[in-house]
Amino acid sequence: MQFLPLFVAVPLLVAFVIPLLARWNKWMPDILGNLATLYLLVAATGLYFIRPFNNIMIYKMGGWVPPFGINLVLDGLSHLLLLTVCLIAFMATFYSIAYMRKYTGKGKYYVLFLLMLAGMNGVVLTGDLFNLYVFLEIAAVASYALVAFGTEAEELEASFKYLVMGALASAFILLGIGIIYGMTGTLNMADAARLLANVGTAGKMFVSAFFIMGFGLKAALVPFHAWLPDAHPSAPAPISAMLSGVLIKALGVYAIVRIFYNVIGVTPQLSYILMVLGAASMLVGVLLAIGQWDFKRLLAYHSISQIGYVILGLGLGTPLGIMGGLFHLFNHALFKSLLFLNAGAVEYTVGTRQLEEMGGLSKKMPVTSATSLAASMSIAGIPPFNGFWSKLFIILACIQAGRLWFALAAIIGSLLTLASFLKVQK
Amino acid sequence: MKEGMTVIVKTITRFVGVMIMLFGVYIVLHGHLSPGGGFAGGVLLASGFILLTLAFGKDVSLKILPQWLASALESVGALIFLGMALLGFAGGFFFLNLLPKGEAGELMSAGIIPLCNIGIGIKVGAALFAVFMVLIMLRIRPGKEE
Amino acid sequence: MVYFLCFLLFLIGLYCIVTKKNLLKIIIGLVIVEYAVNLFLVLLGYKTGGHAPIINLAAPDWIYVDPLPQALVLTSIVIGLAVLALVVAIAMRIYERYGTFDITQIRKLRG
Repeated sequence: MQFLPLFVAVPLLVAFVIPLLARWNKWMPDILGNLATLYLLVAATGLYFIRPFNNIMIYKMGGWVPPFGINLVLDGLSHLLLLTVCLIAFMATFYSIAYMRKYTGKGKYYVLFLLMLAGMNGVVLTGDLFNLYVFLEIAAVASYALVAFGTEAEELEASFKYLVMGALASAFILLGIGIIYGMTGTLNMADAARLLANVGTAGKMFVSAFFIMGFGLKAALVPFHAWLPDAHPSAPAPISAMLSGVLIKALGVYAIVRIFYNVIGVTPQLSYILMVLGAASMLVGVLLAIGQWDFKRLLAYHSISQIGYVILGLGLGTPLGIMGGLFHLFNHALFKSLLFLNAGAVEYTVGTRQLEEMGGLSKKMPVTSATSLAASMSIAGIPPFNGFWSKLFIILACIQAGRLWFALAAIIGSLLTLASFLKVQK
Repeated sequence: MKEGMTVIVKTITRFVGVMIMLFGVYIVLHGHLSPGGGFAGGVLLASGFILLTLAFGKDVSLKILPQWLASALESVGALIFLGMALLGFAGGFFFLNLLPKGEAGELMSAGIIPLCNIGIGIKVGAALFAVFMVLIMLRIRPGKEE
Repeated sequence: MVYFLCFLLFLIGLYCIVTKKNLLKIIIGLVIVEYAVNLFLVLLGYKTGGHAPIINLAAPDWIYVDPLPQALVLTSIVIGLAVLALVVAIAMRIYERYGTFDITQIRKLRG
């Protein structure tokens, strides 16, 4: 029962210890960082055996009973995302041991990485609205600094754009949380859900608009996606994997699902809005990606499109749709981070990111090209890779719910994804 | 270039700088009784050092609090705070208020809150001072078009 | 009425972020937006005739304004400070690389 705060406390502890110990040994930040993420991964999988099936684990911080205190909640959705975050974080830190030889300031990199990880774990585990905002900001500020890590000209410009848009989104989120507090008088999610049932729909629509704007920008949905194609390629490769693989999901998609399904309550108009945003993200992302020659920028545009699939699945509201959406979320974390780490390995070896200049690498880097092939087939939705199954669920759910136009849009998006990845594979 | 400011500013800073830092420490320690607490007190402590830097030039304040010490203090302050939180585990819960709580209005009361305030005060003071030092020591070489 | 003024302040900050071309003016716009949101949160807790929420043992029947939004705003101010420090450092480095603060000239990433 005492495990839940450790997911936040352990990364913070190691992050504050690294600056003190970094002088002793050159490899000390690597060792500490990898031990921390390994511990988190083991703890996240170990929780599967401790948590009673189909039940919720609640931890009261400081012994204060909610609604006076903050509590940490672990239900099925949180657990899935916790596992995803810890898994991708462990892979990224393991990859960083070799990759970060190019950069100076390795200790600071690990400190920021662990802070971002602590923030994401906190977002996924918390049961209190303002706590969600605090952890969201911790993770977001750490990611702003990590995007600018190499301090090249492009990275700084991308980080500045990302920072201004991200801070504006956070201001919208804080405004929304303030309005919920004004309407209900409590910040606890379960309590607010109970009290919001009595509020009229005009107030709920007002708050929902703010939350869609705020979290939609964090999740890179289509009207708010402009920061992503600049920020994700400019970051160092393991950070791109973390950003694209888990940050936009933990901060964006998870928060949308929590706020709308658990606190405010989904209405048919809201579900339709989510579906439209999801479909628009799918098509716009893929169409813009076809003309790209920069490998990582191509992957970043595909992230927008795949998150569109997830939001489409989640917006449907039917059980098959939600399952398809969450399955696709987990799959996308896996294969997108794999693709970004591959891109990083290629960039490390070849020294460039433009696709026109690379060609015929499969002889020199056989392992990388095999994994890249697997990931590309997966993202394009070819059976029997995992991308196919999750996209099939989403399309079936669309057809089942009677929304045929959305199913058609999903199929078109999938075909275009296949086309652009064939270009990559050459 | 002449380091620091005029003689009048330097003389006054000698008196006032220490008083500012003392006031910052007072705000940190009385965080549970009056407005302020860790963050506001930390900002005041950092302001005292910044005033010293502005009046005398950065070499004087770097002699009192060098860069590595500021970084180390920052980590130590954060570890104090986290240590207080983890100490709650001994009582069974994270962040539990373990130590004896006196009566309301006394200085030594309210369990772990004054100790947390001290940790936060140290951290914020050191962090803001380090940030200020980094920002003024950046040498600008404009016009590097590439 | 006062919430309307808060919202007006938010819109002024948003206008600064969207239309100004100098990096530093965009940063100032961001600060104004955060300030407006903090002000909104503090105003939520006001009760008519309330005093500052520090317990005064000599006057036990005062009405206190709601202290919870004040705690939220304290945290939010700290976060705003951290973001401000980061964005100013990034802006200084951008000046070092590009030689200008004008965002129409800082356009290396296209497409």
